[in-house]
Amino acid sequence: MLLLDCPWCGPRDETEYHYGGQAHVRYPQVPADLTDQEWAEYLFFRDNPEGPFAERWVHSTGCRRWFNVMRDTTSYRVLAVYRPTDPRPEGSR
Amino acid sequence: MSAQPHRLPSGGRIDRDTVLRLTVDGQELTGHPGDTVASAMLAAGRLDVAPSIYRGRPRGIVAAGVEEPNALLEVLGRCSESMLPATTVSLVDGLAVRTLSGLGRLDPTGDEAVYDKKFAHTDVLVVGAGPAGLAAAWAAARSGARVILLDEQSEPGGSLLSCREETVNGSPALDWVREVVAELESAPEATVLSRTTAFGSYDDNYVVAVQHRTDHLGHPAPEGMSRRRVWHIRAARVVIATGAHERPLVFAGNDRPGVLLASAVRGYLNRYAVAPCSRAVVSTTNDSAYDTVTDLVAAGVEVAAVIDARPTLSPRAAEVAGTGVRVVPGSAVVETTGASRVDGVLVGALDEDGLLGGDVEADVETIACDLLAVSGGWSPVVHLHSQRQGRLRWDEVLAAFVPEGTVRGQRVAGSARGTFDLGGCLEEGTEAGVAAAVAAGFPIEAEAPVGRAATGEYGPVRQLWLVPGRRGEPADWHEHFVDLQRDQTVADVWRATGAGLRGIEHVKRHTSIGTAHDQGRTSAVNAIGVLAAALGGTPGEIGTTSYRAPYTPVSFAALAGRERGDLFDPERTTPIHPWHVAHGARFEIVGQWLRPRYFPRDGEDIDAAVARESRAARRGVAMMDASTLGKIEVCGADAGEFLDRVYTNAHRRLPVGSARYGVMCKPDGMILDDGVNLRLDENRFLLTTTTGGAAGVLDWLEEWLQTEWPELDVYCTSVTEQWTTIAVVGPKSRQVVARVAPDLDVSAEAFPFMTFRETTLASGVPARICRISFSGELAYEINVSGWYGLAVWEQLYAAGADLDITPYGTETMHVLRAEKGYPIVGQDTDGTVTPQDAGMDWVVSKRKDFIGNRSYTRADTARADRRHLIGLLPVDRVTRLPEGTQIIAPDTPVTPERGPVPMLGHVTSSYHSEALGRPFALALVAGGRDRIGETLIAQVGDSPVEVLVAGPVLYDPEGNRRDG
Repeated sequence: MLLLDCPWCGPRDETEYHYGGQAHVRYPQVPADLTDQEWAEYLFFRDNPEGPFAERWVHSTGCRRWFNVMRDTTSYRVLAVYRPTDPRPEGSR
Repeated sequence: MSAQPHRLPSGGRIDRDTVLRLTVDGQELTGHPGDTVASAMLAAGRLDVAPSIYRGRPRGIVAAGVEEPNALLEVLGRCSESMLPATTVSLVDGLAVRTLSGLGRLDPTGDEAVYDKKFAHTDVLVVGAGPAGLAAAWAAARSGARVILLDEQSEPGGSLLSCREETVNGSPALDWVREVVAELESAPEATVLSRTTAFGSYDDNYVVAVQHRTDHLGHPAPEGMSRRRVWHIRAARVVIATGAHERPLVFAGNDRPGVLLASAVRGYLNRYAVAPCSRAVVSTTNDSAYDTVTDLVAAGVEVAAVIDARPTLSPRAAEVAGTGVRVVPGSAVVETTGASRVDGVLVGALDEDGLLGGDVEADVETIACDLLAVSGGWSPVVHLHSQRQGRLRWDEVLAAFVPEGTVRGQRVAGSARGTFDLGGCLEEGTEAGVAAAVAAGFPIEAEAPVGRAATGEYGPVRQLWLVPGRRGEPADWHEHFVDLQRDQTVADVWRATGAGLRGIEHVKRHTSIGTAHDQGRTSAVNAIGVLAAALGGTPGEIGTTSYRAPYTPVSFAALAGRERGDLFDPERTTPIHPWHVAHGARFEIVGQWLRPRYFPRDGEDIDAAVARESRAARRGVAMMDASTLGKIEVCGADAGEFLDRVYTNAHRRLPVGSARYGVMCKPDGMILDDGVNLRLDENRFLLTTTTGGAAGVLDWLEEWLQTEWPELDVYCTSVTEQWTTIAVVGPKSRQVVARVAPDLDVSAEAFPFMTFRETTLASGVPARICRISFSGELAYEINVSGWYGLAVWEQLYAAGADLDITPYGTETMHVLRAEKGYPIVGQDTDGTVTPQDAGMDWVVSKRKDFIGNRSYTRADTARADRRHLIGLLPVDRVTRLPEGTQIIAPDTPVTPERGPVPMLGHVTSSYHSEALGRPFALALVAGGRDRIGETLIAQVGDSPVEVLVAGPVLYDPEGNRRDG
């Protein structure tokens, strides 16, 4: 079970969180302007890298706030934890 | 003859002053505290257990620990427990057991024992209390760090419990063990847990262990004490000191009772003071068995010969040979003889390639004995390391898979790391304990204890995976057992390779080797070795199978802990619940809520009750507890804007005092949830959600607010449990509401549909009353503070008594709403249904954007043959279609010969309608709205049922009944 460091609450068991998939996938400003292809990519396509991956988590049974985690998908090592408003750390996809 | 003829006159970690009674397969035996069932059996001279699982061959005790492959027990009692190795069951007075042929049975009797769990955090977790683990825990605890030491045995000491002459710091090793344990137990931050097996190792040093707390105490266990406890331990640092298991040898007849692991024989001699034989032969590939030899001699047992596979004597072998023991180098036991137990062994010389040279028949020597102790080398217990994806390396010198590198935050020490000598284990353990404490923030230095053993350096090992049979080819060697529990032999491995299998994972699954209760503890590496022999190459090239938790079996009862029965899942009830119970409601569970399903009157079944409740709602007045609907207050200057983005229809300009049905979708355009929303004031809305969807919807709203639109001034608060909601339904509902809310003008003109009013009831209770209908009838929903919920329910029930106001449950609610074609999200939708599919194009705004809107112009959502929600009327007017029934076109063949049947859709809801006088269903059917009037087939089992496709609104399609 992962030990994730909530930016607001500190280290807590994985079971306190919910996973939110790839981070930094913004909802398009004007979806109508997107082609079907672009919209389908927003809806259905996500990266699945081997190695560092920026992903979203929410501290569901704690502060209920969202944050981002950079995690190595091979070792499950957490490389960085940062708030949604923070920029993506270097080296992640 | 004494009851324990094989008990040595002195020694052992048993309490000879106390005699315990034991029954094995009906045979009465005795033993002492400190015994296991296995040691008591051997003391009595009983070696045999139930025959093998598939081939029914005689089997005996092989090991002295968890690796035991044969001696599995069912411990009898009020609730029996199966598949416990006799080598791990501590003796208690009156114990009764039955030996099993590798297959147990879960006792259907309810287990009344208490099981629990505990969560612990520690700086250093040490798994294994042998020399390495004790040294690690001792060193780490000196730093002041929190230390937890786990060990599966009945007392700390590990391999030292089975030793005779070993010393630590110049004293007998067990004196050192006692001192270290005493020091740990007096340390305020150290915990020592015996009979506790770490069975799973998970990310970030999360280790799960099961502690056996009462079985060894005898009957009865202390009141209220849990029988087993599952520990969930989060550790900053982990030291794995889990030791090693000895491997048997693979030769003809190696399963005959009387073939034991050499280290197990040593354990029985020294720890339990049992000499399981009078004349032994020892067959080995390495030095470790020589400790068994000297201990046998010391115990007065004749050692007929030591058969050493190595061509020349190692220093240790030469030393033992020098004491007068006959050592035969370059040879192996090639066969055993004996009926139900070994009475002799056949010894043959091995050439360089491990083959029997010369004239096999002439060169084989027969040696009489009543026990054969075998050692095929040692396998480090790397399970916890490997469960965390720690790598392994094949060590050609040690003939073992050893950890390669470390898992982050962990160390492996002692024989688990392939360090098989006592001194090395103590040094490595100390080093690991110090390093763990330092890394956890507790600087310390420690001098390693000095260990001495008769066997100093662990000498060379001869890899001998397969002792050739005297006759035939490997494919014929059906008595060379690789896995005793699965009755799998060399011939079976050859059959697998003959079938073209090369990988050990495939061979494992083809043969089932390593899949039994013992999970290959004694067989896995031998299987790899035999496979290497079959294919050529080394075990390192074959590699191991994956290691997965649990290391040893854990009972489901222990895993469940207290979360069974009433505590299995949280149970939510409304304030009115006691009334429902008192009035005989039958309940169903809806998203943890207990909701009344129907209220049967005397002798009524569900159909009769639902028919009566439906009649009341359609013709008179009925009432339902709707408190479980999710309720979320959405406040803030941008609340309206936010809801416009989230719901498919507009909310921003909804007047204060009005209600609106809303549907929310995911970005892919599929329905997520629905409900009726109220505008309480300019900056405040109250949303309702489905009962089961409440938590998910709140999460959904917060996700968008936090991650996409943090600039919006909006706050969401769950108020589900703050409000009690009572639906009053039916043509006479207005009368009832007027009686309890006299200040309210309930006329249709003053209080129109889809509005709400704040009022104070006659009882003085403030209430918010809505004109909302989920049945198509004139209906009100009365919302009051949960504190008054039960009182107001009773007021309404009393106020409607003369009108025969009828409480109804979810079943009637479903019938009423389905008659009107109102879908239930999650029943009539499944994440692939758009509002348009559900026939609710009207709820989708064409003038604003919202989540999901873009998807309605995708090619897939624009398809004409999407599945539409429609009504189905069975033509026979009798059949109530099971929900989930597949819908097919007429004349579609449903035969195996014609292959897959093209499905048009399926039934999502199905009921008998009291109002229509017939059964009906809602269904999702491809192009359904274009098929209205057609007849399709609902395939119910083998019977095709003709169904007429109808629009989804089957009752009062004009909506005439809404205003009463």
